[in-house]
Amino acid sequence: MKPGETALIAGFSNEDLSIKLLEMGLLPGTAIRFNFFAPLGDPVCVSVSGYDLSLRLSEARTIGVII
Amino acid sequence: MKEPALRIALAGKPNAGKSSLFNHLTGLNQKIGNFPGVTVDKKTGYCQLSEAVSAEIIDLPGTYSLYPRTLDERVVTEVFANSKSSLFPDRVVLIADATNLKNCLLLLSQLVDLNLPTILALNMVDLAARSGQSIDVKKLSEELDLPVVMINARLGEGVEALKRELTKPLSPSRRKTFTISPEIMEPVSIIKQHFRLASDYDAYQFLQQPENLKFLSDEQKAFIRKTAGDFQFFPAKYQGAETIQRYAFIQNILNAAVIRASDSDWKKASYSIDRILTHKVFGYAIFLAVLFLIFQSIFAWATIPMDFIDSSFAQLSHYLAKTLPEGPLFDLLAHGIIPGIGGIVIFIPQIAILFAFIAILEETGYMARVVFLMDKIMRRFGLHGKSVVPLMSGMACAIPAIMATRTIDNWKERIITIFVTPFMSCSARLPVFTILVALIVPDNKVLGFFNFQGLALMGLYLLGFLAAVFSAAVMSYLIKSEEKSYLVMEMPTYKIPRWKNVGYTILEKTKAFVFEAGKVILAISIVLWVLASYGPTEEMNAGKTVVAEQTRGMNLTQEEIDNRIASYHLEHSYAGKLGKTLEPLIRPLGYDWKIGIALITSFAAREVFVGTIATIYSIGNTEDEVTIKEKLRQEVDARGTPSFGTATSLSLLVFYTFAMQCASTLAVVYRETKGWKWPLIQLLYMTTLAYFSALVIYQTLK
Repeated sequence: MKPGETALIAGFSNEDLSIKLLEMGLLPGTAIRFNFFAPLGDPVCVSVSGYDLSLRLSEARTIGVII
Repeated sequence: MKEPALRIALAGKPNAGKSSLFNHLTGLNQKIGNFPGVTVDKKTGYCQLSEAVSAEIIDLPGTYSLYPRTLDERVVTEVFANSKSSLFPDRVVLIADATNLKNCLLLLSQLVDLNLPTILALNMVDLAARSGQSIDVKKLSEELDLPVVMINARLGEGVEALKRELTKPLSPSRRKTFTISPEIMEPVSIIKQHFRLASDYDAYQFLQQPENLKFLSDEQKAFIRKTAGDFQFFPAKYQGAETIQRYAFIQNILNAAVIRASDSDWKKASYSIDRILTHKVFGYAIFLAVLFLIFQSIFAWATIPMDFIDSSFAQLSHYLAKTLPEGPLFDLLAHGIIPGIGGIVIFIPQIAILFAFIAILEETGYMARVVFLMDKIMRRFGLHGKSVVPLMSGMACAIPAIMATRTIDNWKERIITIFVTPFMSCSARLPVFTILVALIVPDNKVLGFFNFQGLALMGLYLLGFLAAVFSAAVMSYLIKSEEKSYLVMEMPTYKIPRWKNVGYTILEKTKAFVFEAGKVILAISIVLWVLASYGPTEEMNAGKTVVAEQTRGMNLTQEEIDNRIASYHLEHSYAGKLGKTLEPLIRPLGYDWKIGIALITSFAAREVFVGTIATIYSIGNTEDEVTIKEKLRQEVDARGTPSFGTATSLSLLVFYTFAMQCASTLAVVYRETKGWKWPLIQLLYMTTLAYFSALVIYQTLK
């Protein structure tokens, strides 16, 4: 995904992390928007269900999306 | 005050406004303690709900759900899951951020399933309205089957209504938000019966995470694990399913109770600020500027109250010296206890200023951006974005800094941060640095602007920082950990800080420092004072005569003679004996037994070095830096070489940059890591590093 794009969450590839992300409101089927990168290219900032979240790139990669 | 009738717990996600509400409910009527068994701060306070009813309020750490990720969050699970605990609340107020209601209701749904009588306090309704959401409070209350109160925790609006609601009888919500899967009902009922629990969900929690419930004994945990094994219960499988089911329930309620206008752009302001504050160039420039401002205030502005405290305690000692009869008790009071307390109080201005800044950064939401900016850099050294705050705080004092590591969830990263924080040059090193730097570096200016001494001082700070980063990298290589590191963190929108909250934070942290670390500092300074003032009786008694003998015909003033006697006493005290025993060991570093004594006494706190050196060289008055400097410059050791030559002074500077030399830090590390393993490794590592670096410096320069 590129900054500014929006997509739907499809699923997660990491079980441990998925529990945390689910609790934070990243549910399959919700819209997620990629806001911007941190200056050094990692972590990233995303918007989901009305609020902003920061994730490391490696963490963001575990989220599967449908664009 | 009579026993409060109710115990009320405040729960909610981070940044939902819990602390603001807590401050509004309790005012200054609050107390900070520890939750049993852990070092998580427990904030409790009292609140008069009505004329007849008073309540004890507990402010719990912020959390998203009952499945904890950090030490702080675990406390919340333990409080709610253990109905036999002395902290188990009669009522719970769940503070929800109305702009992000969905996330807040997850915890609420879990509390409802635990049969806890809960009130929902909706905070930031005004912001939600601006974002185009209007919440039907009545409908929400019906759907959840519990009272809902609108509040504005920042301004204190709605707090009276909440108080009224809290005095009314309150039964748990009858809504069932989550159905435990039938295939695991059997182990759940076994646990429920075995532990005589009130709700199925409580039993389910026992089954899910016995390792997080520290109130369970080992046998009880074994029993739970066995039951789970018998029925092939795998926590992770059910946990994800539970969350999805809960969110489905929440979505239904929100569909009924929240009318959402089209997504408006109320966050635009926040985004444009982000564009600057997380910019490639400006972002870091602004962060550096903020750091510089913090430094400046800690070093320059804090000295005014610090000097005042210093002179007040000196005067107090002086006053007592005049009014009290002489004797061991007086000595203990005037030279042991009062300077000991003074040594604690002197740090208050710096700690207060530091935490004022940290509180403002947290309140505005900038702190999350600092973590965002720094995470990649810090990770390279095995640290976490959140390690920035402790490392920054370490420049003022390692004690609050180490306390600030609790927000780091990952055990390994937390240990590494704790481990390397004492390398950051704290304010107690400053007096030692100033004296020694002044001895060896000329007070000249380059380009009429840069002061050589200032540059040298900066170099020392840099050296400490490099040692911290280097050690972190080594540690992260050495410590093996299966635990993964995460940075899943909410980025709050920017807000104007509430000064009241800033004030409370300052008060709270200062109190924690004075009472937690203060005890150890005081105890150790008394022990060291005893070591430095007592010795074999005969030798000590001989002091006056010997000095009188030596100084006969030298025409000294009474004060100079007194100074010599003090020096003689220190030399023959137990600390003096220790210093002499130590001499062969520290000789290669360029130190004689006099410096050895100072090394021992300054183990309580580094700045004691200056005072001890002043006493041992019979300088007397320690107020005047120039005097000390001049005297030290003239000192020669037994072999006729200057005691504080360039090599020795540099070696000492490096030693103090690296060495642990702070009993209170060790005490805090012991408290935070719950054992002597880490503080001892830390002491050993830092002292070894200091010793060998100083050795190399002295041997090359001598």
